[in-house]
Amino acid sequence: MDELTKVIRDYVVKEYLEEGDDREVTETSPLITGGIVDSFSMVSLKRFLEKKYAIQIPDDQATPDAFDSVQRIAALVRRFQQK
Amino acid sequence: MRNLSSYEDLTAGFEWTIAERELGYTKGATLNIGWMCSDRICAMGLAGKAALIWEDHQGNQKRYTYDELRLLSDAIAEFLIGLGVQPGERVCLFMDRIPELYIGFLGILKMGGIAQPLFSAFGDESLFVRLKDAGTAAIITQKKHALKVRKIREQLPELRSTIVVDAGDAPLPPGEVAMRMERLPKPVNFEIHPTTAESPSVLHYTSGTTGQPKGVQHVHYSIISQYLTAKWVLDFQPDDIYWCNADPGWVTGTSYGIIGPWSNGITQVVLDSGFSAERWYQFIAKQRVTVWYSAPTAIRLLMKEGAETVKRNDLSCLRHLASVGEPLNAEAVIWGEQVFGKPFHDTFWQTETGCIVITNLPGMPIKPGSMGRPFPGIMATVLNTKTYEPIQETGLAGLIALRPGWPSQVRTYWKNEAGFKAKFKNGWYLCGDRASIDSDGYFWFMGRDDDVINTGGHLVGPFEIESALLEHPAVAESAAVAKPDPVNMEVVKAFVTLKKGFKPSDDLELEIMNRIRKRLSPLAMPQEIEFVDSLPKTRSGKIVRRVLRCKEFGEPVGDLSTIMEE
Repeated sequence: MDELTKVIRDYVVKEYLEEGDDREVTETSPLITGGIVDSFSMVSLKRFLEKKYAIQIPDDQATPDAFDSVQRIAALVRRFQQK
Repeated sequence: MRNLSSYEDLTAGFEWTIAERELGYTKGATLNIGWMCSDRICAMGLAGKAALIWEDHQGNQKRYTYDELRLLSDAIAEFLIGLGVQPGERVCLFMDRIPELYIGFLGILKMGGIAQPLFSAFGDESLFVRLKDAGTAAIITQKKHALKVRKIREQLPELRSTIVVDAGDAPLPPGEVAMRMERLPKPVNFEIHPTTAESPSVLHYTSGTTGQPKGVQHVHYSIISQYLTAKWVLDFQPDDIYWCNADPGWVTGTSYGIIGPWSNGITQVVLDSGFSAERWYQFIAKQRVTVWYSAPTAIRLLMKEGAETVKRNDLSCLRHLASVGEPLNAEAVIWGEQVFGKPFHDTFWQTETGCIVITNLPGMPIKPGSMGRPFPGIMATVLNTKTYEPIQETGLAGLIALRPGWPSQVRTYWKNEAGFKAKFKNGWYLCGDRASIDSDGYFWFMGRDDDVINTGGHLVGPFEIESALLEHPAVAESAAVAKPDPVNMEVVKAFVTLKKGFKPSDDLELEIMNRIRKRLSPLAMPQEIEFVDSLPKTRSGKIVRRVLRCKEFGEPVGDLSTIMEE
């Protein structure tokens, strides 16, 4: 797991799972469809990514589909880092 | 549509006794929603019919017949009795959309308990406020949500049992007990508690402008309106496969996600998954859904995904579409017609009404963007905001008001009779919304009449958010208002002044957002926080949210002289 993926995964575990929740979050675990992050909570996750990586993710790109796994989120961040 | 004749024919001489007759209820007899939705359907010869087909986000499926519904709800009822839960006590359901939630609801009612469903995304503070107010005796939950219960358990002396439905084999802490629904002993000839029409059944919590959320108390007689409105508005036919998107933590999920379909003997499907357009369409196609009751926020999210995603799936099974939660914009109605070949029928109601009260009935001409017309048996109007008299002229905005007396009307607010009485003026029940009525009798929604925020179809109270904001060490004052949003209609925006020594920053904003999300719920989390030097206040120091709200909506604030003098 690369650094970017690890940071995102660790943030999701810290912020979106209750302390003591032993569910495993992998790179491919479904976050939105799996009920770990919902469409409202996506806003704070997006805000974290934008601040941490100094990027701007347009609202129309921040879709439930794009946020449905750590892997997909990392790909989204990379895309905007390259711009 | 097959269930209905013309609107005029339906309303002329309408009596709720139509539903009483169809349900076999006679005045004064015992009446139990749990029995009505399971045993009665079995007695009608439908014991082997599928009642619930459940699927999770990974595609795992479970299927329950009406006979299994009957036996499993009996078993849960007996289990609760075994724990010492008494008739009239509140039993909270705090789960994702898993079968135990739906079947447990019937089980609680069968043993005479009051079902108190709560949205499983609630944080520990939201949960605490509602359990404390209700004096809840037991909570049925999942392992992951039991963690929130543990945080507040010691402050809830009336909460005797935490029932965990997926505990596994590991030992549980004191006060927690495992319940594996499928392994419960099936009682023989379980005796359903002899509830009657006015026995309390369900306690849903809803938010207001002031104070903490209110417990909306319903009774078993509510099934009369829930059965008939489901049958007529959702146009149930015996072979229908029905999907209601709503979570039973909210009233739509119980009135039309449990009672409505099962009292009609309908097969319903449930998808326990977060939003994904592709996944939803695949589910509709796979389960051959015929009747779909959704929400404007979900429909607008689907619209964003475009028509191509629709075309990849065979959705020809869909026969009737309806929507609830917030006003359905005209574009969404038209979009539904374009991509599904049929429009969404908007319905209007709220936690307190217990059933649909204004609606676009099947077969009625739809005016895109309109709420429709009152359901037969519901007398609805709009009132002048000052005199509380019905407005006679068409097109003028007023307060949506209903003449009390329909079966599923709220009976009181839990331990808050004064708050309940305040909802009535001149013999009308005030919904808290504004609308106008056109010359054909169609209602047109204009907005809330108070500071409550309708986000994604859920009402969020500003007081609860402001209280939680003030718990943050940096926050001196706060105001939470609605901000317009293209998908959710409204989202929460907070205005905050900071204590000495704290400075606005992106880090602080994110920290506050996450804190509210965890303490209250994702719905209550401000999507934006504006740090300000001061907040608009009355002479006596009360924050005037209206000024901030109007600014967000780009509306004129109007005359504030009276308010500012308060």
